[in-house]
Amino acid sequence: MNIFALTGSLTIEGLRETGRMAQFAGRGAVAGVLGPFYWRAFFSSLMRIGFTSLPVVGLTAVFTGAALALNIYDGSLRFNAETFLPQILSVSIVRELGPVLAALMVAGRCASAMAAEIGTMRVTEQIDAMSTLSVDPFKYLIAPRIAATTIALPILVLIADIIGIYGGYLVAVYGLDFSGPVFIRNIAEFIENRDTVSGLIKAAAFGFLIAVMGCYYGYRSRGGAQGVGAATRTAVVAAAVAILASNYVMTSFMVEF
Amino acid sequence: MSETTPAITVRDLHKGFDSNQVLRGVDLDVNKGRSLVVIGGSGTGKSVLLKCIIGLMKPDRGSIEVDGRNISRHSDSDRRYMTQLTGMLFQGSALFDSLKVWENVAFRLLNAERKPRKEAREKAIECLAQVGLAPEVGDLQPAALSGGMQKRVSLARAIASDPHILFFDEPTTGLDPIMADVINNLIVDRVKALGATAVSITHDMASARKIADEIAMLYQGRIIWRGSPDEIENSGNPMVDQFVHGRAEGPIKMAVRKS
Repeated sequence: MNIFALTGSLTIEGLRETGRMAQFAGRGAVAGVLGPFYWRAFFSSLMRIGFTSLPVVGLTAVFTGAALALNIYDGSLRFNAETFLPQILSVSIVRELGPVLAALMVAGRCASAMAAEIGTMRVTEQIDAMSTLSVDPFKYLIAPRIAATTIALPILVLIADIIGIYGGYLVAVYGLDFSGPVFIRNIAEFIENRDTVSGLIKAAAFGFLIAVMGCYYGYRSRGGAQGVGAATRTAVVAAAVAILASNYVMTSFMVEF
Repeated sequence: MSETTPAITVRDLHKGFDSNQVLRGVDLDVNKGRSLVVIGGSGTGKSVLLKCIIGLMKPDRGSIEVDGRNISRHSDSDRRYMTQLTGMLFQGSALFDSLKVWENVAFRLLNAERKPRKEAREKAIECLAQVGLAPEVGDLQPAALSGGMQKRVSLARAIASDPHILFFDEPTTGLDPIMADVINNLIVDRVKALGATAVSITHDMASARKIADEIAMLYQGRIIWRGSPDEIENSGNPMVDQFVHGRAEGPIKMAVRKS
C-alpha cells in the first residue's frame, strides 16, 4: 500500500470512528433525557466518579498549586513582578490547570474503570442479558455514567481550584514571606466570575468526554480479557487526547468572548 | 391456539460475518408449548441462530416470525416485543456481578416493570425456591456461587416474568454430570409449569435427550435433520449419527479436514 492510500484509509477510518463515537454519545445523551432514568445507577456512579476521586484530585491540585507558586515567583522575579503571584496563580488554576489536571486524573481513574466494567459486561454477555430482560443498556449503563461524570467534574474542579490555590498560598505565605490577608485579597479582587465559570464549563465538557470515551470503548469490547485490556488502554488515551484538544478549542472561544 | 400453531417460524435465515457465512438458509418451526433442541458442532452457528431469533443480532436475509409477528426487521419495537415474551439462560450465566443474587433475579421486575423493591424481592425469592435455592442465597453476590448455582440463578432470572418462550444457550456446559442433570430436570419442570415454548442449543446429547420434544441438527448453516429424541439413534443421516455417537471419524471430520 502506498503512502497516499495509507493516509486515505487512516483518514476514512478516523472519520468513521469519530462518527460512531458521536452517534454513541448522542444515543447516550438522548437515553438520559427520554428516560426512564435509573437514579440508583446514577447516584452509584456519582459516588464512584465524584466522591472517591476527591483524594487524588485534591492531592494533584495542592502539589500543582504549590509548584506553580514557586515557578511564578521565580519567573516573575526577573522583571520585579513577584507581587502578582496570587493573581497569576489563581487565574492559571481556575481557568486552566484546575479543569485540565482534574479531568486528566479522573480520566485515568474513571474512563479506565468504565471501559473495564462495561467491557467485561460485554464479553461475558451481561449486556446481551440486560437487553433480553427488557432493559436498554444505554439507559441503564451509559446515560447514568454520562450524567454523573458531567455533573461530578465541575464540582471536583471547584474543589480542586480551592485546594490548588491553597497549595500556592501555603508556599507563598510560609515559604516566600507573602502576607496571607494580602494574598487572599489580591485574588478576590482579581478573579472574575467569567474565569471561574469558563473553568466549570470546560469541566462539564471534559466530564462528558471522559464518560463517552470510557463507555464507548467498553461497549465495543470484543474478544475476552485481551479485548477488555485494549479497550481500557484506548479509553484512557482517547479521553486524555479529547480533553487536551477540546481544551484548546474551548479556550480559543472563551478568550474571544 | 392449538399446540400445533408455530410459536416461532424461521425461513431462509442467512447471517454472515465478513467472508464467513454462518447461517445459509435456516428453516425452522417451533410449535407452541414444544421444546426444540438444536444440536451441532462448535462454530456451526447455533448461538448465532439463537441470537437472531431473540433479536440480539440482525439477520442478513430471511424472516423470523414469533407468535405470528414478523420481527426480522430488527426494529426497536420488534426487540421490545421479543423481550416481553421471552426469557433466556446464557451459556456463562451472564449474571450481573455488581448486583446481589435476588436483584439479578428481579432485574426485569425492578428496572423494566418498575415494581417496588419489596414486591420484586418476594418474587425473586419465590423464583429461587422454584430452582431449589434457599432464600439466603438471594443476599449473596454471584461471585460467591458455584457454576451450578449460577446456572440455577440464571434460570430463575429467565422465568421470573413468566415468559411464553424460553431460550437456553448451552445450559449444561461446564457442569458435572449430576449438576447437569439437576439443571436438565429444572428446565423440563419449569418449561412444563409455565406451559412455555422452549428452544435450546447444546452439544450435550444427554441434555438434548432429556429436555427435547424434538431435536434438530444444524450443520454448515442449515438444518440437516429433525426428529424426536427416540428417532435420533436411527436417523439414517451419517452426520447426525457421527455427532450423536461422538465419533472422530466420519463426514463431519472430513469436512473439517478439507477446509
